[in-house]
Formats: sequence, C-alpha cells, structure tokens
Amino acid sequence: MTRKCEAPEENTGRERRRPQRTQTRLRILSHYAKGAKGLLLLSLIASVLSIGCYFLMPQVILLTVDSVIGEADFRLPDFLLAGINQAGLRAYLRQNLVWCLAVILLFDILSGFFTYLRRASMAKGAEGIIRRLRIGLYGHIQRLPYLWHAEHKTGDILQRCTADVDVIRLFISGQALELFRAVSLVILALAVMFTMNIKMTLAAAGFLPLIAIYSYVFYGRIAKRFRAADEAEGELSAAVQENLSSVRVVRAFGRERYEVERFDAKNLRFTDLWMRLGYVLGLYWGLGDLLTGLQVMTVVGMGALLSTTGELTMGQFLAFVSYNAQLVWPIRGLGRILSEMSKAGVSLDRIGAILTYPAEDSDEAEPSEVESSEAAAAANGNVGEADSANGAGTDAGAAGTEADDELFAGDIAFDIRRFAYPGGKPILRDIRVTIPGGSTLGILGGTGTGKSTLMHLLDRLYDLPPAMGRITVGGVDIQSLRRRRLRRHIGFALQEPFLFSRTIRENISAFRPGAPLAAARRAAAIACVDGAIEGFADGYDTMVGERGVTLSGGQKQRVAIARMLTQQAPIMIFDDSLSAVDGETDARIRASLRENLGRATVILISHRVATLMTADNILVLDNGQVTEMGTHAELLAREGIYRRVFDIQGGGEVTPAGGELDV
Amino acid sequence: MARHRSFDLRIWRKLLPFLRPRRALLATIMGLMLLSAGLDVAIPLFQRYAIDRFITPATTEGLGGYLGVYALTVLAQSLIVLLFVKRSLTAEMLLGRDMKRACFVHLQKLSLSYYNTTPVGYMMSRVMSDTNRLSGLIAWGVVDAFWAAAYVSGAFVAMLLLHWRLALVVMTVAPCIALLTWYFQNKILACNRQVRKENSRLTAAYNEGVMGARTAKILVMEENNTAEFTGIAGEMYRYSVRAAILNGLYIPIVSFFSSLAVALVLTRGGYLVMADGLRFGTFAAFITYGVGIFEPIQQLARILADTISAQANIERVAGLLEQKPGIADRPEVTARYGDQFEPKTENWEPIRGDIEFQDVSFQYPDGKECVLEHFNLRIPAGAAIAIVGETGAGKSTLVNLVCRFFEPTGGQILIDGRDYRERSQLWLRGNIGYVLQTPHLFSGTIRENIRYGNLDASDEQVEAAARQVSAHTVAERLEKGYDSDVGEGGDRLSTGEKQLISFARAVLADPRIFVLDEATSSVDTATEKLIQEAIAHILRGRTSFVIAHRLSTVRHAGHILAVRDGKIVEQGRHEELMERKGYYYQLYTRQFAWEATTGALRDSKEPEPALP
Repeated sequence: MTRKCEAPEENTGRERRRPQRTQTRLRILSHYAKGAKGLLLLSLIASVLSIGCYFLMPQVILLTVDSVIGEADFRLPDFLLAGINQAGLRAYLRQNLVWCLAVILLFDILSGFFTYLRRASMAKGAEGIIRRLRIGLYGHIQRLPYLWHAEHKTGDILQRCTADVDVIRLFISGQALELFRAVSLVILALAVMFTMNIKMTLAAAGFLPLIAIYSYVFYGRIAKRFRAADEAEGELSAAVQENLSSVRVVRAFGRERYEVERFDAKNLRFTDLWMRLGYVLGLYWGLGDLLTGLQVMTVVGMGALLSTTGELTMGQFLAFVSYNAQLVWPIRGLGRILSEMSKAGVSLDRIGAILTYPAEDSDEAEPSEVESSEAAAAANGNVGEADSANGAGTDAGAAGTEADDELFAGDIAFDIRRFAYPGGKPILRDIRVTIPGGSTLGILGGTGTGKSTLMHLLDRLYDLPPAMGRITVGGVDIQSLRRRRLRRHIGFALQEPFLFSRTIRENISAFRPGAPLAAARRAAAIACVDGAIEGFADGYDTMVGERGVTLSGGQKQRVAIARMLTQQAPIMIFDDSLSAVDGETDARIRASLRENLGRATVILISHRVATLMTADNILVLDNGQVTEMGTHAELLAREGIYRRVFDIQGGGEVTPAGGELDV
Repeated sequence: MARHRSFDLRIWRKLLPFLRPRRALLATIMGLMLLSAGLDVAIPLFQRYAIDRFITPATTEGLGGYLGVYALTVLAQSLIVLLFVKRSLTAEMLLGRDMKRACFVHLQKLSLSYYNTTPVGYMMSRVMSDTNRLSGLIAWGVVDAFWAAAYVSGAFVAMLLLHWRLALVVMTVAPCIALLTWYFQNKILACNRQVRKENSRLTAAYNEGVMGARTAKILVMEENNTAEFTGIAGEMYRYSVRAAILNGLYIPIVSFFSSLAVALVLTRGGYLVMADGLRFGTFAAFITYGVGIFEPIQQLARILADTISAQANIERVAGLLEQKPGIADRPEVTARYGDQFEPKTENWEPIRGDIEFQDVSFQYPDGKECVLEHFNLRIPAGAAIAIVGETGAGKSTLVNLVCRFFEPTGGQILIDGRDYRERSQLWLRGNIGYVLQTPHLFSGTIRENIRYGNLDASDEQVEAAARQVSAHTVAERLEKGYDSDVGEGGDRLSTGEKQLISFARAVLADPRIFVLDEATSSVDTATEKLIQEAIAHILRGRTSFVIAHRLSTVRHAGHILAVRDGKIVEQGRHEELMERKGYYYQLYTRQFAWEATTGALRDSKEPEPALP
C-alpha cells in the first residue's frame, strides 16, 4: 500500500534495509527544502553579486588615485572608453571628483542591496525549511504508533526536536552559506588580484593554505576541549537543578554545607576547564593574528618593493591592500565552520531516526477512496443492512456515516488466543467475549491483569497480530478499519487522563473544536464537574496546568469523562476512570451517565462492585485470563473472586478508595 | 520584565562586591587593551610610511629596517592578544564562579516558603544563565568597548594630527553610525527576546504533543494538534525572519555610511592631494582609518545596548541575593549554635524527643485562612502520631511545622520543653529524620545516597543501615553493588527501591524524631512487604510523625489526627475514632475496602510494561 509522498519516511522499510546515512541525510534535507530551493539559490546569487559590487569599490579608488589624481591611463574595458579622450576625462573628473564619490556610493548601495537580499532570502529560505521540518516532526510524532511513544523518553524526543533542529538551522543559514561565501570571496578576491599583479597575488596567496591548515587543526583541538567544558557546565547545571528540586531532603538532613561543597567542586571544575582553555584560545587567536599580520606585512613590503620598480602603481598598491584584507578573515573562520558542520550530520541522523520510523497509519490507504468502500464492505458483510448498502451507491459520504452508525452499534467480539508485547511475556490468554451492541460489560481485575491492554487493543493503540487472534466490531475485523475511523467511534476515558494546557472548554471540546459552549456545559454536567468548573474565577475559560489552575485527580478524571462524552461515540470505555472520585460522586455520575448514554455499548473497568453490578455482563480478569463471567447475580452465586470483593465492599455500600484516600 | 531605556550606574553598582576582588585583573586587561588599541592605530601608519618613504620616491633604502620594526609590531600585537584572551577568559570565569556561588549559597538559606512559590526553572536561570551573561558581558563586552573607545579616540587623534580638516570630514559620519547602531540594536534585541519567547512556546508545544500523544490518538486529535502547532511554528518563523531582516537592513546601512566616509576622504583628499600637496601616504592612512573606525563605533553602540539590556539580568540576580530568608535563626541562637554552614556542634544539647504544640496557630504566607488555630498536642518521646486525610487536605502542615520548614504564626512548638526557635535550625534537623512520599535520590552511587544521612559513616555502617531496612536487596541486584550509579534523581531504580534506599539513608542518620510521608504508589507485593517491615523497624523507639496511607501504620499509631480541608477534625486512638463512626471511620473503611479488594485481586503480579 502506498500513500502520497508527504514525508521522507515513505520510501523507507523494504527497499532500504540498510539506509545509506548520507543518502538519508540528503533525502531529509532536500525533502524539507522543497519550495525553499529558489530562495536559497537567490541568496547564493545575491551573495556573489554583493561580493562583486563590493570588490568594484577598491577599483574606483585605484582609478581615482592612479588616473584622476595621478597621470596613468584609465585602464577600463574598451567599450567604456570608446570615443573618450583620456586627458579630457581626467581634467573633467579632477574638477568634479564628486563623480568618484557617486560611483563608490552607487557600488556600495548595490552591494548593500545584494547583502540585504542575501540575508533576507536566506532567512526566509532557511527558516522556511526549519518551519517545515518542525511541523513535519510534530505531525509525524503525533502519527507514530503508541508503542514508539511508550519506548522513548520525553526528554530525549524533546532534545531532538529542539536542540538538534537548531543545529541544523545554524548549519543551513549559518555554516553552509558562510562556507560558500568564504570560498567565493577568496576566489573572487584572488581572481581580481591576479589580473592586477601576479607576483603580489602569489605573495598574498602563499600564506593562505598555512592559515587554513592552522585554523582547521587548531579548531579541531579546541572543539574537543569546548565539548568537555560544555559538559562540565551541563553537570554543574544538573547539580544545581538537583539541589533545588531536592530542597526538602537537603534541609531535612541539614546538608546545606555539604551541598555547597559539592557545588563548589563542580563549579571549580567548570571554571577551571574554561580557564585552561584560555591558554589555548589565547594561543589560537594570538597565532592567528601573527600569521595574518605577517601576511599583511608581506603584501605591504612586497608592494613597496614592486612599486619602486614601477611594476605596481600607487592605486594598485592601495587596492591590493584592501583586497588582501578581505582574504584573511574568511580563511581564518574556515576551521570553525568546518568543525561545526560535522555536528549537523549527527543531529540530522538523530532527527532522521524519528522521521524514518513508520507512522502508524503508514499501512493504511487514502481516506477518501477507502472510507466508503470499507463502509460498503462492512454493510455488505452484515445481513439485513441492505438499505445502507444501497445508500452507499448513491451518496458515498452520507452513507459512510450511516453505515458507520450501524457498524459500530453492532456487537464487539474478542477472540484472542494470546497477546504479548514484542519480546515480552504473554499478557492476555484465551479471551473470548462478545459484547452485544448496546449492552454494558463490566471488568474486574487487579493491576497488571491485562484489562488496559485489552482496551488498548480494541482502540488499536496496539495492533493484535492476526496470528494471535482477532477483534471484530459489527462483524468486521478492526484490523481492516482505519484507525482514525475506529477511534472516532470509540470513546476512551483513561484512569490517568492527560489534559492539555488549554482552557477547560477547549479540553472538553477537544474532539469537536469550536463546538458550542452549551455542549461542553452539558457534558460537564453529566460528568458532575460543572459545579467545580463554575467555581473557578474564569469558569470554562480557566486555563488548565502551569499557567492556570491545578485540578485534583478526581476533577481531572471528570473533565476527561466530559471530554469523552462530547464525542458521542457508539462505544465507550471507562478504564478505571473514576478511581480518584469518591463513592458518592461516583454514584451520581453513574446515575447521570445511565440516563445519557443512550444506546451506546459500554465497557466499564473498576475496582468498585457498585460500579460494576448493574452491567449486563461482568467478567473477572486474572493473570490475563477470564476466570469468571456472568451477570451480577450469577457471579455472586459462584463464590469466586467477584463474590469475595463484593463481600469486602459491603455489597456495594463501601466504595474502596486507593492509597491516596482521595476525593 | 522591567525594561530600562537608559544606562543606570546604580544598578551596576550592585555588582561591585563581585568586581572588587578582580580589580587588578580587570585593570591589567584594560591596560592590555589600551596597548592593543595603540598598536592598531599605529599599523595604518606603516602603510603611510611605506608610501611616503618608499613608493613615492621609488627607493628601497631602509626597507629592511622598516620591515623589521613592522614585524616587531605585529609580534607585539599577537603577544598582547595571547595575554588578553587568557586574562579576559579568566576574568569571565572567576566573576561567573563567584556570582554562581553567591546565588547558590543564598538559595541554601532561603526558606521552603520561597521554594514553594518559585519554580525551579526560575531559580535555575538566575544561577546559571543570568550570571553567565553578566560575567561574559563584563569580561568581553566592557573590555571590547574599552578597546573600541581607545581605538576610535586614538584614530581621531592620529587623523587630527595628520590633517585636521580631513579628520573633521570623517568625524561627521561617525555619529550617524552610532545612532543607527543604537536604533537597530534595540530593535534587534527586542526581536530576539520575542524569538526566545516563541521558542519556549514551541518547546512547550512539543512537550505537550509528546506527553499527550495517547490522548491525541484516542480523541483523533492528531490533525488538529498539528494544525495548532503549525500556527506556533509560523509565529516562530515570522519573528526569526524579522530578526534576520533587521540585521540584513542594519549591516548595509551602516556599511553605506562607512563607504560615505571613504568616498568623502577620496574626493576631499583627492582635491587636497592635487591642490595642497597632501601626501599620498597620509591620504592612504585616512582611507584605512575611514574604514577602520566604523567597526569599533558599531561595537561601542552595540555594547551599550547590550549593557543596558543586561541591567535586567543584574536585577534578577540581585533580586535573588536580596531575598530575605523567611526562617532565620536569631543572632544569639546563631552565636551559640552556629549556622548551617559553620555549626558549633560542641554546644548542641542532646535531644530526648518530646514534642509539644502549645497554642499553635498557623497560616501559610500565601494563604488567606488559618489552617491551625490554638492547637495543643503533647507527644512524649517515643510516641507515634499518624496523620490521615484526603489528598490536598493539608496533612503536611504539621510536618512542615515540626521540621521548622515553616514556623507557627502564633503559639510555640517545644522540643524537650524549649521553644525550638531557641535552637538553630540545623540542631533540629540534625535530630529529625525525614522520608518523603516521593523518595528523592541524588545522582551518584547507592552508597553515596545512603551516606547522605551521615557523612562520617564508614562503609560498614552504610551497609549495616541498608541491611536493617532490606535496602541491601537493591544493591545486591545491581552489578556494582553499593557502587552502582542510581542515575539522575535515582531513575534507574524503581519507586519501591528508591523508597528502601531513602529509608536506609534515614536510619543511618539515626534521628530521635522521625517524619515519614508514606508512599501511595503501588509496588509489587514483595517490595511492599519489605517496605512495611522497614517502616516498622524505623519507627521503633522514636518519636514519629507519619502521614499514613497504610492500615497497619495507622492502627499502630498511639495518636491519630484526621485532617479535612486543612483542619484537624478528629483525633484520638484508633479504637476511639472507630467507635465515633465519624470522618476517620469513613476514611478507614474505604481504605480497608481498597486494600482488601486489591488483596483479593492480587493473585497475579505481572506488571504491564511501563507506559507514559
């Protein structure tokens, strides 16, 4: 199955088992550079043009000095001088030196314009690439399978998305262009100098390889020490962070002095590393200055010598000195640029590792064509649904949703032989349960018995390999349904819900952004959290998280339930999602849910018998297996785990509260 | 953030304590800069000399000597650079070191109420980035400014001496460049601030995108989230491009003025050469100066803008250093018992462990309500107090008071019959052991973490303490035993393991009073049993405060305080409270049902893989 190419990871997998690193790097870069290439090219052209204009200025000085003030012939291209009397021109310009001024300023303005163009187009190009890369990374991370998220640390992912992207940004807008500029500057300067005087050029150029080698070798050595010093700073920073966040332990043990001693050791090490770097840095700059100074001196000395023999004019001498000044700096910077550039490759690899990991929907077909055919297939697969199948023929879109309604209102059937995470022990074994459409299933089980895994499989947060069994909804294997379509029809309230740092209203309406406030209010009312929300100063516009209020565990769970309710899904999962709510509120919420859930198929996971006992069917999970199944009355009669728990909880009188004794 | 539009010496004066010890070093650097600027001014004169002495008369006589002097000058310049770079870096690092240390030491003195209201990131940026920026600016920026000022004045003096009329021509352009730089730098600084702000928004968005990935999948929000992120990335793009464009405008405009100066010299000087017999060498030197002084002028304006924006950093650092500790020992107490850095342990009285709350009232500094009013409680040495209540009910208030993280706003707390404010904080904490709900370990080895309880303990003592609370099982599991690294914040260990290590740490401290905030997180059965035993072991024979979540701990406590909405609603022995059938009874039965339920369901203990 193929998808339209919108991210570079599309070509990974089969063809490139062992991706060529360089190739991957280039592919990622060029993918995100799409559309910015013109700007980058413009920037390069502008760069050369601005150097060109800049280089014409010493020529004007040269002409002014030699041919206007001095007596030498104007050495200009013939077409400019055609029909012009040399002496007359000199006489005119001598009276009107302001022309020379005008020409210099003209070239400067041109050079300035091109400089601006170079910077502006480079900024737009490079920042545009980075913007696309950032969005690409974000979007891809959103689409990566849940397993990937479970396996990677947030800190590491963030590091790649921020610091590594920054390295690449600097590489494109800084080092790559700087290198190009340095090279073209040197080539242009040498070319111009060459046309003026070969001996002088050789004298000037002779030093350049020396400076380049010195810069590269030295910088390579310094870079290592820089890294060591940077790491020492990181350690110091981590030590401070650790101290500040463990302040209670420090104070409780009265370890302030010891902490200061530890800090001092790290601070001294950091300081010392940098100070020792001072010698090397001083040597680096000093030696650089010496080499450049000697180079300039050689050019001046040589110039003086050649001028006395008449090989060099006064103007040429001045021009040479100023061209030479342009040569030295880029060459000195070369070492730094080259050394920094090597970092970009590493960063690109780290980002590439994220981008080339297949997204979870990379095995799915395009939505538009398949949505309806899937719906049709689903409808055809179910007897007695000919009406909606007919509808699919006439109006694919509308029929799709109608067919979906039918499909997801159907039975849910688990037929799992065995399930294990890659490389792990089996979590689930022999689960064969059918939940009739519109009925309620209760699940009782301890931590780690696989209840949540079962629900993750139903929502396709993990995929159940066909060899291990299958799960069907309305008779259709969920593996054949697009994940998004499936999830749109399943509401899932987690035990430890995540709320976004947005307003409460935005959180509740997350599934339908822009839904009217009334909808959010209604959902909040059903989840019995409306009172708490209205108690906040900003009501539904209160921000959640660091920039706003901190909700208690119970409030978070209820907001998450309200959020799930706005989804109006035909299937709803409550995964221990009221564990942090006290018994009374729990009962109130259950009552209001019963009134409002309508025909939905509901799966309830809880420790509380009171929550489970009204379910149409209850199953007890133990060690990944179904040990008991039946209605409340049947299970009570069986005298098993369910009965024991029922007795412990005083027949539903007592609602157990977790270790937190929470509300 | 307060923005200062002008240079304010009073703010900079706050740095004097850090600058004073580095007087000599800073003076040396200034001296070197002066020399360097002098040489930089002299170098164009070499060209002038070459032109006037060799090129114009077309002679090579004396060229060797000339080159010798020239080479010496270049050598001297390189030497100065070598010396100055080393010294400037030293100055930067020493200033930074001292400022960091001052901030860190001061943070150790500030009370917990400060920590409760101040995010760690806020303190971090003061200790690390503000001090870095300031020391860097002083060591390099101010020094560069000094060089630039010296060079510009030197160049002007040289030009005035060479040809004062021509010098005046060049001078007309200089203020334009200074003003332009000033104008642009302020804009660029403001724009960069905005870029940094957008950058932190971007990071926050990534953070949420990663942390909320599961929720986004469940709610099929991937597209919406990405669309929202696209907006943030767009803002970042807008400001970054704007900053680059500002720079792109600034550089050519300044360079235009620089060329204007050169062009003016060329025309004006050209006339003078032709009419007045101005020497070519002087003319050439002027061109060099004309080009040369503009970089330093830009530098001066840029550094001034930087200096002014750095005033905000000074105020942030000074603000931290001027923060008064909320809890401080009285001078006479410090005189007798010493402070937290220089304790006079020889004057410390031994402790029995009697605690008495006498008419204690308390209100949190940022709270509106009194959470304790005229509270009285006597705890004889060796007794156990359990505090129960719901999350957020204010169970830690008593602990905070006993540990003197906060002091009573009314009444007093007596330890062994004396108000604890009559002894030093360190005396009290030296005698209190404290184990947190979320055990906090430091990066380092297991041994180092246990030894934190008693820095003088031998290896044998450390291991003995570990065995007492079964923490040796953790060490034995790991390859390097007690010398295994626990990772940052101990994150290579499980929560239960961290708990055991933190118990060992407290046991090693061997305190008379013990404060324990029981963990609520679920751990596997085996570890749970070890933890229960460890707690029982630790509490034996010590005065203890336990924020209790486990029935076993609660039942065995001599006295129970039930806390609700910040207030103590019931207190007494377990049996009494159960008979009363009030709030405690409710809490207890719920907890009992929970433990029994999980017990009944806990036949299998195969934890699911750790998921975010």
